[in-house]
Amino acid sequence: MNLLDLLIALPGIGFILTLLIPRAQEKLIRTITLAFSLLTFVLSIGLITGYQTGQPGQQFVTDTVWIANPEIHWHVGIDGLSLWLIILSTFLTPIAIGISWRYIKDRTKEFFAFLLLLEFGLVGVFAAWDLFLFYVFWEVVLVPMYFLIGIWGHDRRIYAAVKFFLYTMAGSVLMLTAIIFLYNRAGTFDYAAILNGIASGRIMLSHSEETFLFLAFFIAFAIKVPLFPLHTWLPDAHVEAPSAGSLMLASVMLKMGTYGLVRFCLPMFPTAARENAPWIVILAIIGIVYGALVAMVQPNMKKLVAYSSVSHLGFVVLGIFSFTQMGLDGAVYQMLNHGISTGALFILVGFMYERRHSLAISDFGGVATAAPWLSTIFLITTLASIGLPTLNNFVGEFLVLQGTAQANFTWTIFAAIGVILSACYMLWMYQRVFFGELVDEVKHHMPDFNAREWACMIPLVIMMVWMGIYTQTFLPAITEANLKILDQSKSNAPLRVSLPGYRAGSAGAAAGGNAHAR
Amino acid sequence: MPASFAPSADDLLRVAPETILTIAGTLVMILDPLFAKRFPKLFGHFSIVALLAAALGTAGAYSVQGAAFSNLLIVDGFATFFRFLVIAIGILTVLASYRYLDLEKAETGEFHGLLLFAIVGQCVMVAANDLMMVFIGLEISSIATYILAGYLRADRRNNEAALKYFLLGSFATGFLLYGIALIYGVTATTKLDGIRDVLNTPGNVPAFGMVSVAAALMFVGLAFKVSGAPFQVWTPDVYQGAPAPVAAFLATGPKAAAFAIFFRIFLTAFQPIASGWEPLIWISALLSMTIGNFAALTQQNLKRMLAYSSIAHAGYVLVALAARSEIGTAAAMFYLAAYALMNIGAFVVVIHLAGKGERHLRIDDLAGLGRRQPVTAAMLTIFLMSLIGVPLTGGFFGKFYIFRAAIESNLIWLTVLGLLNSAVAAYYYLRLLVVMYMHEPGEVVNNIEPLTPGLRAALILPAIGTFFLGIVPGAILNFAQRSTLGH
Repeated sequence: MNLLDLLIALPGIGFILTLLIPRAQEKLIRTITLAFSLLTFVLSIGLITGYQTGQPGQQFVTDTVWIANPEIHWHVGIDGLSLWLIILSTFLTPIAIGISWRYIKDRTKEFFAFLLLLEFGLVGVFAAWDLFLFYVFWEVVLVPMYFLIGIWGHDRRIYAAVKFFLYTMAGSVLMLTAIIFLYNRAGTFDYAAILNGIASGRIMLSHSEETFLFLAFFIAFAIKVPLFPLHTWLPDAHVEAPSAGSLMLASVMLKMGTYGLVRFCLPMFPTAARENAPWIVILAIIGIVYGALVAMVQPNMKKLVAYSSVSHLGFVVLGIFSFTQMGLDGAVYQMLNHGISTGALFILVGFMYERRHSLAISDFGGVATAAPWLSTIFLITTLASIGLPTLNNFVGEFLVLQGTAQANFTWTIFAAIGVILSACYMLWMYQRVFFGELVDEVKHHMPDFNAREWACMIPLVIMMVWMGIYTQTFLPAITEANLKILDQSKSNAPLRVSLPGYRAGSAGAAAGGNAHAR
Repeated sequence: MPASFAPSADDLLRVAPETILTIAGTLVMILDPLFAKRFPKLFGHFSIVALLAAALGTAGAYSVQGAAFSNLLIVDGFATFFRFLVIAIGILTVLASYRYLDLEKAETGEFHGLLLFAIVGQCVMVAANDLMMVFIGLEISSIATYILAGYLRADRRNNEAALKYFLLGSFATGFLLYGIALIYGVTATTKLDGIRDVLNTPGNVPAFGMVSVAAALMFVGLAFKVSGAPFQVWTPDVYQGAPAPVAAFLATGPKAAAFAIFFRIFLTAFQPIASGWEPLIWISALLSMTIGNFAALTQQNLKRMLAYSSIAHAGYVLVALAARSEIGTAAAMFYLAAYALMNIGAFVVVIHLAGKGERHLRIDDLAGLGRRQPVTAAMLTIFLMSLIGVPLTGGFFGKFYIFRAAIESNLIWLTVLGLLNSAVAAYYYLRLLVVMYMHEPGEVVNNIEPLTPGLRAALILPAIGTFFLGIVPGAILNFAQRSTLGH
C-alpha cells in the first residue's frame, strides 16, 4: 500500500466513520470530516514532492487483482496529468467543507459524509489505471453529487438532480458498452495493456469499430464536460446545488470529462479522434461563444458563472482536439485554472447568497461600499477568470490559442472572441453588483469576510497568482504526460486536420515561460 | 442385471432437500390445528429451521453429484446453485412475513406449509433432467403459489390476484405441456439429453417443423412463468393484488426456478436448433426490458412499479439466454441471485410501509422516510442503487456480466439497447430516492412503526448480500462458472 492508495482510502474511511457518529454530534462530525480532508490534502503534497519528472508513465503504482474473473485489477498510478487533478480534488475538498460549515444546518451528518465520498470517487477516477476501475469510480462520484444537489439544493433541486443523474447515466452506459467491447477484444481491462495492444496492432479494430468505440467514450465525456449541445444539465445543476456542490461540480467533476478525453479518447482511438476532430472543434467553438453570450444576459449570478463554465470548458476541448503540444498543455492547465477561479467564483457567490438570500444581480448594488474585502477578492477572481496576465487563466488561454493557431488559424479567431466576451460579461456583472447605488438591504445585510471565509479564500487567491506567475511548478509534469499522449495518438491514417509536427522536449515549458514573461 | 426398484443411498441423498421440506411442510399442516392459536410464531421459526436443514441437505446432495432415479433428476452445480437460491429466498420470505401475518391476524401453518411446498417444487424443477420432472416440479410450485396469491380469502384484491394468476398460469402450463407432448411425439423421449442427441443426429432430424412448434410452445409457457414479454401482462395485477410477502416471493423464487429450467431446456434439449430460437429470445428480451421500464416510469403504486421493474429484469436475464454461452449462463445465475436479494429487500420496505390492510402503497407515502427512519431508508437506497446498477452493488456486476456475455456473442445492438434501457430505469428508481430523502415527511411516515426484528433481518441480510456480490463478486461467479450446464 503506497501513498496513493492511502489517499484514496482515507476519504473512504472518513466517510464510513462519519456515518457511525450519532447525528446529534454535529460539531464532531464537521471536525472529523475537516480533519480527514485536511489530512488527505497534506499527504497528497507527498505526491508532488515524490513525483519524478523525466519519467513519463505511471508512478506510485499499485497493481493487485481485485476480481479474478473477469480479471479486474486494483491498478492505480499517476502521471503528470492525473497528479495535478488529484491535488486539485484534495485541495478543494477541505475548502468545500469550510464553506459549508455554518450554511448546512439540516442533515449535517449526511452532507459532510457525502463530501468525503465524493473526494474518494474523484481521487479514484484520476488514479485508476484499469478501465473497469475507472468506470466504478466514475459512477461512485455520481451518487454523492446527486444527493448533494437533491437534498441541500435550492427550489428546483429535485428536477436538477434527476436531470444531472440521467444525463450522466446515459453517457456512462455507452462507455460501459465500449469498455466491455474492448475487454472482449483485448482480454484485459488494463489501460496500458490495451494501449500497447492497439499501438502494436495486436488488437485490431476495424474503422467502424474504432469510430463506434470513440463515439461511445466521447459522448460519455462530452456530457460530463459539458460540450455544446449536451450542456443543458449544467446550468440547472449549478444553480440549484449548494455552494459546496457547485464548487466540486465545476472545479473537479467537469474535469473528469476533459480528463477522459485526454486519457482515453486521444491515445486509444487515434484515427477516429482525428477524423472526428473537425466537428468536435466546431462544437467547442460554438460552446465558447454561445456560453459567453448566454452568460452575458443572465439575471442570476450563479447561472452566469455556470454558463461561463460552458465557455471555458469549450477552450479546454478546443485545446485537446488541436493535437498540438501547446494546445494540449494549455487545455490541461486550463482544467486546473478553471477549477481554481470558477470554484472561487461559486464560493463567493455562495457567500453573497448566505448574506442576502438572493442570487439575482438586480438585488445587489454598491456591495463594494458595504463589504470592501469581499469586493476586492471578487475582483481578483473576476480578473483571473477573464484571463488577465499574471493571473492563472491567462497562461492556459494563451497556450490554447497558440496551440490552436498552429493547427488552424480560423479556429483561433473565433475562440479569441470568447476571451473578449468573457471580459464583457464578467466586468459588467461586477459593475452592477459591486458599484452603483448602495441598496438598503445590502447595506444592512452585507458584512465583510469573517475568519472562516478568509481561510477558505486565501489559498485560492494564492493559487491564482502562483499559477499565473510561476508556471514551472506545474507545467513540466503536464508537458511530459501530454507528450506521451500525443505520441500515442499519432496515427497512420491521412489527416484532415493540418498539423505541424509538435516540438518535443521543452516546447511547452518554454511556452509557459513566454506566457508569463509577456 | 435384475431391476432394482429400491433407490440407492446416493439417490436418496440427492433428493435430501426435497425430502426434508416435504416432511416439514406436511408436519406444519398436521400441527397447524394444535398450535396455531397458542404459538402463532411457531410455524415461522419451524420453517426457517426446516429451510436451513434443507440447505444442509443441498450441500449433502452436492457431495454426491450425478443423475438420480433413472436420470429423472440431476444434481449438478447448476441445480445446487438454484436450490441454494430458492431456499435462501424462502428464508427471507418467512422473515418478511412475520410482521405481515401478525398485522393481518392470519398466522396459520397453512401459509408456511404452502411456502415450503412451493420451494419443494422449485427444488425439483431446477434439478429436473426430464421434461416430466420439469412439469411435475412446475405444478407443485405453481399450485402452492396460486393459493398463496389468494391467501387472505376475505380480501378482494387477493382473490383477484389468485384467480388471474391461476387462470393465466394454467393456460401457460397447457402450452408447455403441449410442447412436451409434441417433442415426445417426434423424438420418442422426454429426457433432455436424449432430445438433444436425437436432434443432433445428422440426417435424423424428424419433422423439423414439429420440433420448432414444440420449442415455440415451450417458449410461450416458460416466458409466461418468468414474465417475459409479450407474456408479461399478468404480472402487475398479480403482484399488486397478492399479499406483499407473497409478491416478494413470486417475483423471485418461482421466477429463478423457471429461469433455471428455461436455460436447461433451451441450452440442453434445444441446443441443436439454437440459431432458430435465438431471435425469439432476442425479441422477447428487448420487449421485456422496454415494456417493463417504460411502463414502470408512470406507476404510482409501489408494488405495481416493482412488478414492471421485475419484467424489465427478466428481460436482462433473457439477454443472457440469447447469448447462448457458458458465461451467459453464469451471468444469468449471478444476476438472479443479485436480483433476488435486491428485490426482496425492496419489497420488505414496502411491507414495512404498507401497514395493516396494505393501505399505504403509493410512492408518495415514502415521503420523508430518510428523516424518520434513516436506517430503513439507507437500506432501500442500497437496493435501489443495485437495481439501477451502480457499481459496488450486486446488481451492477450482474448487468455487467450479462452484457459482457452478450457482447462476446456479438449481440452488440441488444447490449446498447439494454444498457440504454437501464438508464431509463434509473429514472423511476431515483424517484423513490427523491420522495424518500427530498420530500418532507408525510402522514404515513410520521406514524410509521419501528422495524420489527423479522423485517430488520429481512432488510439487513439482503443488504449485506448485495454488497458482498458487489465488492467480491468473484466468490459467487466462480461457482456459477464452474456449474454452468454441461459441466
